[in-house]
Amino acid sequence: MNEFSSFLADNVAQFWHLTGFYNATWQHLVMLAVGLFFIWLAIKKNFEPMLLVPIGFGILIGNIPFNAEAGLEIGIYEEGSVLNILYNGVSAGWYPPLIFLGIGAMTDFTALIANPKLMLVGAAAQFGIFGAYMVALLLGFMPDQAGAIAIIGGADGPTAIFLSSKLAPNLMGAIAVSAYSYMALVPVIQPPIMRLLTTKSERVIRMKPARAVSQNEKIIFPIVGLLLTCFVVPSGIPLLGMLFFGNLLRECGVTNRLAKTASNALTDIVTILLGMTVGASTQASTFLTQQTIFIFALGFMAFIIASASGVIFVKIFNLFLPQQKKLNPLIGNAGVSAVPMSARISNNLGLEYDPSNYLLMHAMGPNVAGVIGSAVAAGVLLGFLA
Amino acid sequence: MIRKLTFIALALLLCGATGFAQARKGLKINEVMVVNDSNLVDDYGRHSAWIELFNSNFAPMEISSVFLTTDPSVPKMYPVPLGDVNTKIPKRQHIVFFADGKPTDGTFHTNFVLTPGQDNWVGIYDADGLTLIDSITVPASLPANTSFARKIDGEGDGIEAWEVRVGKGDLYITPSSNNKIKDTNNKVDKFSEIDANGFGMTITAMGIVFGALLLLSICFYIISRIGAVRFRNRKMNAQGINPAEVRPTERAEGDSGEEIAAIAMALYQHLNAHDQESAILTINKVRKAYSPWNSHIYSMRQLPRK
Repeated sequence: MNEFSSFLADNVAQFWHLTGFYNATWQHLVMLAVGLFFIWLAIKKNFEPMLLVPIGFGILIGNIPFNAEAGLEIGIYEEGSVLNILYNGVSAGWYPPLIFLGIGAMTDFTALIANPKLMLVGAAAQFGIFGAYMVALLLGFMPDQAGAIAIIGGADGPTAIFLSSKLAPNLMGAIAVSAYSYMALVPVIQPPIMRLLTTKSERVIRMKPARAVSQNEKIIFPIVGLLLTCFVVPSGIPLLGMLFFGNLLRECGVTNRLAKTASNALTDIVTILLGMTVGASTQASTFLTQQTIFIFALGFMAFIIASASGVIFVKIFNLFLPQQKKLNPLIGNAGVSAVPMSARISNNLGLEYDPSNYLLMHAMGPNVAGVIGSAVAAGVLLGFLA
Repeated sequence: MIRKLTFIALALLLCGATGFAQARKGLKINEVMVVNDSNLVDDYGRHSAWIELFNSNFAPMEISSVFLTTDPSVPKMYPVPLGDVNTKIPKRQHIVFFADGKPTDGTFHTNFVLTPGQDNWVGIYDADGLTLIDSITVPASLPANTSFARKIDGEGDGIEAWEVRVGKGDLYITPSSNNKIKDTNNKVDKFSEIDANGFGMTITAMGIVFGALLLLSICFYIISRIGAVRFRNRKMNAQGINPAEVRPTERAEGDSGEEIAAIAMALYQHLNAHDQESAILTINKVRKAYSPWNSHIYSMRQLPRK
C-alpha cells in the first residue's frame, strides 16, 4: 500500500513539474499580459484585429510555461514540433511572399498608373527605413541587425518578417510585433505629423481628377513593374515577383478564380498562420530584453520619419509643379505602405478641412507605390547585408 | 496546326532548357591530395589519395551518374553510382572521393588511383560522358601530404586560382570543408568599418529606390502617352481623317463636356424643329458629388473606435 502511495505521490510530483504553474517565471507572466493586451486592443479597440488577434493569441501559446527539458516536442523552437513546422514558413521566409501574392491580387494600381509621378512619393517615404537604420547603428546594432530593424519604417509586416528572417532571425519576433503594432497605430501616429508639417491652405488643395486607365495599361503594369524593379534589385524577386504576379492574376481578366483564391482564402490562411507563429515566437527569454525596447523605439521613430518625409517630399515637389497640377501634401503620409490605412488617414484629414475634397484615390497612388518601394528597399538591404 | 507547332516548339525549348540545367555546371573540383600518408583516413582506416568536389550552387545538387576520370580520352572512367542518398551535395557543401582503386568499398571509392611523381589530370564529365564540367591538372611537384586546392571554394578558372596547401599557417588542408574559412559576414564587416554612421547605405539605397520607381514612373508616362495617341488616331480614322495629314496644332484637345452638351442640344433642336421665339440657352454643369471613392460602403477598414 505504501509503495502504491509513494508511486502515486511520485506521479503527482512529476506531473506538477510539468505544469505551467511550476515552470512559470515573471517573464512568462509579463508576456502573457502583453498577449492579452493585444487581444484586448484588437477586440475592444478594433486595432488591426485581423493581425493582432492571431499575434496576441500566438503570444499566449508561445509563452505558456512548460518544462523544455522534458522533450515533449511542443515548443515552437523544438525541431519537429507542430508549431515548429508551422513556424518554418516564417523562419524560411515563405509566408511573406504568399501574403504579397494576396496583396497583389487585392490591389488596384489604377491610381498609380493614372498619375505615375505619385510613385516618387512612395519612394520618398522609404527614408523612414534608412533614417532608422542610421539611428540603429548609433545605438550599437550591427549593420545587418540595423537593416532588419529599420525595415519597420516600411510599415509592411510581411516585408519586415521576410527581411528580419534573413538578416537577424533572433530579432524577428520583436521586429514583427513592433511592425504590426505601429501599423495598427497609424491613425494615431500620422495625423499630428501631417498637421504639424502642412498649412491650412495646403490641406485644401484640390487635385486634378485622375484620368481613366485602360485595361491594357493595367495588364502591362505588373509585367513591366516586375521586369524593371527586379532588374534593378534582383534580391527583391520573392516579394516583388509575388506582388506583381498576384496583380496580373487580378487584371488579366482570365484568371478570376485564381485571383479570388489568392486574395481571399490563401491570404486568410497564411495570415492566420503567420500571425499566430510570429506571436508564438516571442518567447519571454528572447523577447524581454533591452534590444526589444530599442527595437520598439526605433520602429516608432521610423514611422514618424517615414510619414514626415512623404509629406515634406510632396511640399518640395509642389515647388516644381504648375498651379493646376499641385499635389495635396496630405497624401504624402500614404507613402508609408500600410495599405489602405494610411491612404484613409489622408482622406479623412482632407475631409476635415474641406468636406468635399476626397483624397482617397489620389492617396492610394503613393500608398501602393510604398508597397513597391518598401519591397525594393528590403531587396537593397538584403543584397548589401545578407 | 499553329497551336501544335507552338506546343512542339515550347516542348523542345523546355527540353533544351532542362538539358542545360542538368549540365551541373556548379560542380567544381575543389581540392586534391595525391600522396596521403598522414592526412585524411577513409572509413576503412586507410590513407589514400582524395579528390574533393564542391557544389558551388545555392541549391542541393545530385551528382549520381556524373563521371570522374583521370584521362580525357576515357571520360566515363568512374561513374558515381546511382541510388546513394549521400551523392546529393547540399548547397555550397563538399564531398570527398578516395582515389584508391577500390570501387567495391563504396560509392566514394573510385576505380582509379592518382599517380605520385607525375602530373595528374582530374576531370568530371556530365552524365552524357561528353560534357566536361570541370578539370584540373595537379602538378607532379606536389609534395606528400600536401594538397592542391582552390584559394576560394569553387571560384576562379585556370591554374592561378589554385595553390599548394602545406597544412600550416593560412595554407590549411581542408577535406570536406571550406578552403577559405569564413567566420564573419564580410559585407557586414565592410559596412561596419567604412560606413559606420550609415550615410553611405542611406544615399545608395534611397538612390536605388528612387531610381527604380522613377524608371517605372517614366515608363508608365510613356505608355500612357502612346495609349493616348493610339486612341486619338483610332478616333480620327473612324471619322475618316488621316492622322498624318493633320498638323499637331489642329488636333482636337479632347471632348469637353460643354461641347458635347451643345452638340446634343443642337441635334435635339434640329430633330424637333418648329417655330420658336428667340431664347437664351444656358448650360449648367450637373455636379454629382457621389463617387465610389467617397462612399462609406467602400471604406476598406474602419478606424479604431474611440
